[in-house]
Amino acid sequence: MSVPHFLLALLAEGPKYGLQLREEFEAGSGEVWPLNVGQVYKTLGRLERDGLAESDGTGPDGPQKRFRITPRGEEALAAWLRTPPDLTSPPRDELVMKVLVAARVPGTDAHEVIQAHRMYLVELMQQWTRLKEGEARDDLALALVVDAELFRLDAVTRWLDAADTRLKRAAAEPSRPAPVPAPGPVPVPQLRRLGARR
Amino acid sequence: MSRPGLGGEGASAAVSVLELRGVSKTYGQEPATVHALAGVDLSVRAGELVAVMGPSGSGKSTLLTIAGSLEEPTSGDVLVCGMALAGMPRGRKARLRRRVIGYVFQDFNLLPGLTAVENAALPLELDGVAVPKARAAGLAALEALGVADRAGRFPDQLSGGERQRVAIARAVVGDRRLLLADEPSGALDSVNADEVMRLLHEACARGVAAVVVTHDAQLAAWADRVVFLRDGRVSGQTTRPPGPESLLTPGKIR
Repeated sequence: MSVPHFLLALLAEGPKYGLQLREEFEAGSGEVWPLNVGQVYKTLGRLERDGLAESDGTGPDGPQKRFRITPRGEEALAAWLRTPPDLTSPPRDELVMKVLVAARVPGTDAHEVIQAHRMYLVELMQQWTRLKEGEARDDLALALVVDAELFRLDAVTRWLDAADTRLKRAAAEPSRPAPVPAPGPVPVPQLRRLGARR
Repeated sequence: MSRPGLGGEGASAAVSVLELRGVSKTYGQEPATVHALAGVDLSVRAGELVAVMGPSGSGKSTLLTIAGSLEEPTSGDVLVCGMALAGMPRGRKARLRRRVIGYVFQDFNLLPGLTAVENAALPLELDGVAVPKARAAGLAALEALGVADRAGRFPDQLSGGERQRVAIARAVVGDRRLLLADEPSGALDSVNADEVMRLLHEACARGVAAVVVTHDAQLAAWADRVVFLRDGRVSGQTTRPPGPESLLTPGKIR
């Protein structure tokens, strides 16, 4: 999570106090990511150390201390905004693992496993969607966060649908030989070389 | 569970608006028969929005056409507002279709030669309601969907989102109790699709029962209950989930 940069963005609007930053962070992110005061001051301390923010006075952290962004902080914020997050290597996804395992453990009905996960995901999506009926109607930040969460969960359910269909097809043609690595310069191993994150 | 404010509301909640009991549908002759539906039970109460999800060929569209009395089941019973469709005289069934059931299709199906209000009023006019009265009801339905100011426009003068609102107005015009929708957001983008689901949801809050068939989990997530179909059978269904408060409780997420 990019709390430091979010705080920098809040400071870019003008000098602010620690408690104020915490409140504005939570309100500005749809109140979905709670942040405690300790985290705020720790992060501000790091921003100060790196010269991205500065405070008036040398006293201890507390409600009297006001922070402002430095020119270097502004540069860092602008650069961060335009730097894509690292999505190159596939994460070692737990759900993907479970389905891979379900497909090969004897006596396991992979479709049943998939259905259990699909049901859980859709229930979670129903819960998020209820925010759209209420709170998210008047809270743009929350609406954006809810959308992001729904698209993420939706992508997982779609992957489950695809997995379900693939497994069904594979079961219908069981005599197909195990895949043999294709000869010649097929660029498939490219992905492998990237390695998995985490 | 129905939504707040409608729970246990007298007679309307007591009777299911739609009830399928052991509904099966088989196409073709032995040995090449296809079992589109196999023993499906489904009950939808007034005020309830139910989504039916499933892959292509899972039987979800068949379920909808049977629920809408457009097709007959091979076996099993279909009851609309407590009335069994089996053995119902053709005329009565047609009347039920025109008065009680509203349909929303993927591609909106508005008649291009009619204005928005004429489209919305069409089911009533077909049912023999006098034109001024039907138009007034059509306008009221457009009003409820926020497109009353488009009443005089033809479908090709409307945006995609407006066309779909008119289609929903036509589906709920008059005193319709059951709304059946097949991929109701069509080719709309996700924000407009959201709006369609919000409107169906609001129609349910006014007491309509709705069944939405979709393969889109984001649409289905608007429902009170999601029923999963696989190979013509119900493979599971969600219950109404707890409120979203838990999602926002500090410390709950990450």
